Order: sequence, then C-alpha cells, then structure tokens
Amino acid sequence: MAEIIQEDKQKGGKRRPKKHSTRIDMTPMVDLMCLLITFFMLTTAFSKPKVMQIVLPEKVKKNEKVEPPKIAESRTLNVILGPNNKIYWYPGKPAQDVENAPVMQETDYSDTGIRASLLERNKALFKKITDFENQVTTGEIELKPDSVQARIKKIKKDDDTGPIVLIKPSKLSTYKNFVDIIDEMSIVGIGTYTVTDISWVEEHMLASQSGSATPSTTNK
Amino acid sequence: MPKIQIKHQSPHIDMTPMVDLFSLLLTFFMLTATFRPDEPAPVDTPYSVSEKKTPDNNMMTVTISADNRVFFNVDNGQDTILHYRPKILEEMGKRYNIEFTKDELRKFEKGNYTLGVKMQDLKAFLNCKDAAERTAFEKGVPIDSLDNQLAMWVLYTRQVNPNVQTLIKGDGKVEYPTVKKVLSVLQDYQVKVFNLITNLEKVEVTQKVE
Repeated sequence: MAEIIQEDKQKGGKRRPKKHSTRIDMTPMVDLMCLLITFFMLTTAFSKPKVMQIVLPEKVKKNEKVEPPKIAESRTLNVILGPNNKIYWYPGKPAQDVENAPVMQETDYSDTGIRASLLERNKALFKKITDFENQVTTGEIELKPDSVQARIKKIKKDDDTGPIVLIKPSKLSTYKNFVDIIDEMSIVGIGTYTVTDISWVEEHMLASQSGSATPSTTNK
Repeated sequence: MPKIQIKHQSPHIDMTPMVDLFSLLLTFFMLTATFRPDEPAPVDTPYSVSEKKTPDNNMMTVTISADNRVFFNVDNGQDTILHYRPKILEEMGKRYNIEFTKDELRKFEKGNYTLGVKMQDLKAFLNCKDAAERTAFEKGVPIDSLDNQLAMWVLYTRQVNPNVQTLIKGDGKVEYPTVKKVLSVLQDYQVKVFNLITNLEKVEVTQKVE
C-alpha cells in the first residue's frame, strides 16, 4: 500500500482525498425520532385511571339469622335509584306496606338535585370536614396526607347528626347511576351509607310514582 | 465602490440540540411506557371525584361491557418470577378437566388478554393466530348459577394470590342487575372491598353560610 502512494507522489499530481463535510444530514433520523415519540406518547397509558373504593358487608347466608343493625329512624334516608336517571328518596324507616307508603321526592343527579338535599341534612358533618381540611391547607394542623384521610374517616365515624343513607338501586338503574350516587356520598361527606337491595314495597312505590316503570318489576 | 457582500449563510441548521432533546424524550417515553392491555370491548367508565390511583399489581379486574358481557383479567404479580397467570390457568384447567400445554400456558402469560372466553373455548382461543380470530370467541365469561366460571376464576385467583385486590371496570350504560350479579359472585367468595375504576372529575362544593 505504502508503495502505491509513493508512486502517486512521484507522478507529481497533487491528489487530495476528497474532503467530506463532517456534518451528517440528520433529517431522516429526526423524522424517525419524531415518529417514535409520537407513537410512545399515544400508546402509553400516561395517566392511570383512578379508583373509587367501596366496602360492602359480607353476605348473610340463607339459613343464618342475623338481626339487622339498629339505626335511628330519624336519621335514615332511603335513596332509590329509579329509571331514566331519576332518584326517588324519602326519609325515615324503610316502607313496610303498600297502603300507607310514604310519598317519595323525585330528584336527579345534578348539583341542585340530590346533592342539595343531602348537603342540607349533612350540614354539620360537612362543615366539620371542610373546617378540618382548611386547617390542614392553611397549615394550622400539620399532618401527613395519610393521617389526614384517617382523621377525616374518624370525624365521619364519630358523627351522630348526619343522615344514614340506604342506597337502593332499582332494576332499571344503570352502573353510572350507581357510581354517581356513591360519588355524591363522598362529595357531600356522608358518614354512613350502604348499598342494599330494594324491597318489593319500594319497587311498587317506584312503579306507581314513576309511572313509566313496567309492572314486571313487582314480581313478588 | 466596493461591493457590499452579503454574508452567505448556509441553509443547514444545526440539528444537534434538537436531536439531543428528541433522544431524551424518546428514552423517557420508552422507559415509562406501560402498555394498555388489550381491550376486547370499549368501556366508558363513569366519572367520580376519587383521586385514589389504581394499584400497580396484585389486581384482578372484572370488566363489564355495555352489552352486558363480563370479562376477567388478572396480573402476573409484582415480580415476573411469580407467574401467577399460568398458575391460575393450570388450576382452572384441573377444575374443568382441560390439560394445557406448556406452550399454551406461556401464551396465556405473555398475551395479557382480558378474558371473555368460556373455559371450554380457551384452548382454541389461545391457539388463534390473530386478533380477528380471537374476537369470535369473546362472548363473555359465563356468570349464571348453572355454570359460574367467573366465580371459579375469582376462587383460584384468590387461592394463588391471596393479596389480590378486586377492581371493577364497568361501562356507564350497564344495567344494574348485571352489576349486582357480579358483585354478589364476588361477595360469595368473601371479597368485601371493591375498587370501581372511574375517570377523575373535579367537583367544587360550597356550602352557603347562613
């Protein structure tokens, strides 16, 4: 190899090796990267979905007799999820017979609907919770986020003024209704609520009041 | 008069900083990417104010689609050595007298399917070549009292992985009786805490001070 070069020099012609520019054209690379970034951005589940936790009591076995928990009638609120995104509710003891059934109030899932009625009844507890939250945000009370949640839970548990809500989804309600009403419970800060089955008396009341419901819902 | 020479500027732009930035972004997205598992049916989850995040692992998800089909999915545990998915499938196979080959178990583990398939069809489902073939089998996991396969999935999942958390992902339009059926199946197997998957929606509530 070395010999050949020498020969070249002897010929006298100055042969410079062609000078390549040190710059590489990066455009295709950038194109590709753009494409990949777009792909990854669109396919990643970046924001994880949130979950809403509910706790349901253990099922009562058929041949087991369990006394229903005693709750104050004055605090009880029966919320029935009806068809067509309507809520029917009445206060007091769950209705036992069709003859002297209480009249249910019709409302919906909007801010002025069920939320207003629940908030009205849950005033004291709601105020306690918001006051506590304000104290935390202003720095009067210093707590870790976990213990803040625990404290709110305790406030809710100790409360004895707010309503006890019995949620009774009818056969014609949807999953959205179900989630919405449980969501309302956490928005308004209801201390005690549970999901129970709708009784046949209430189904009857619902059918006569909503009108649209088919009589097949009262098949008992 | 001397000519005023306009400085000749090269039309090339130095792309190096841009490339730097891009490669940084690309690396970031590649490393943080967690792929969404295959959804056999589109599910529109309702909205709530809850800000609790879904757990990373140890979860079984029961999906209810708008046409009342029920799907089941379970993850592989916090570590890939645990192999929860094939273990659960093996147990299920024993229950329904279906022998799964090693290859089928591996396929089940890797292809993070949200299952909507009857046990009897599962072997054929796993041997499908592409997604189009698979959708033909996705009729939903049976939940009626005669052949309650969802209950068996729940039972064996909880046996294999006792720390599993229950997630329910339902479409807003699902009728309540279907939801109730699923809830009661889970309650039969001592599941008490349910996590309902929702989208976040901020709500401001102010109480009037009188």
